[in-house]
Amino acid sequence: MDTKKLAIIATKGTLDWAYPPFILASTAAALGYEVQIFFTFYGLQLVRKSLNGLKVSPLGNPGMPMKMPFGPKWFRSINWNIPNAVQSLIPGYESMATSFMKQTIRNNGVASLEDLRSLCQEAEVKFIACQMTVELFGFEHSDFIDGMEYAGAAMFFEFAGESDICLFI
Amino acid sequence: MNFDKELDARGLNCPLPILRTKKALGELGAGQVLKIVATDPGAVKDMQAFAKQTGNELMSSAEAGGEFVFFMKKK
Repeated sequence: MDTKKLAIIATKGTLDWAYPPFILASTAAALGYEVQIFFTFYGLQLVRKSLNGLKVSPLGNPGMPMKMPFGPKWFRSINWNIPNAVQSLIPGYESMATSFMKQTIRNNGVASLEDLRSLCQEAEVKFIACQMTVELFGFEHSDFIDGMEYAGAAMFFEFAGESDICLFI
Repeated sequence: MNFDKELDARGLNCPLPILRTKKALGELGAGQVLKIVATDPGAVKDMQAFAKQTGNELMSSAEAGGEFVFFMKKK
């Protein structure tokens, strides 16, 4: 049987959107897929050496529940519906929401991004960074983790054209 | 049921139980049995799907006291 192939384009650079590419890639690899992820535009943030700069923004994101990661259960289940105008005025609101999200992730036994990313690399998921956006955003190759390849859209299509599943995230 | 290795996946969430299962199976020989204990309810369907797609045999899947116990035989 031919090896199945999964091609992913990762274009988002926030803490929440960092999860889907790494979860899907690592799981597919465990199922025996050959996997490539093409990181472009803000997705480049997911392959920087440190992931500490990734944040989640509740501003203009009505689908995101704002719940406290501590306290008794009734308190945790409250959804704090804070108006956008208020969110945008409070300094550090995004950082606070990010630290709550990270705590919630830990409380729920969800893997850290660093762990998922290294699991992908151990499983030989190929990471490709879009050279054009690397230059556009003024990054250097030394800003990114080891094991990256740098290429353009044509290289993505070489793999994606033969893939069984192709996702734009 | 007899088993050759046990994997404690309690407290772990998707996709970690599957990734740890894959890794633990890698340390076994063909025909050996891995026992997996998980608390993620999503693991029930995921273990079935993992077995179906990888050819390893899910010999049994059971729930006891909020824990899910699987026996998987390596292909």
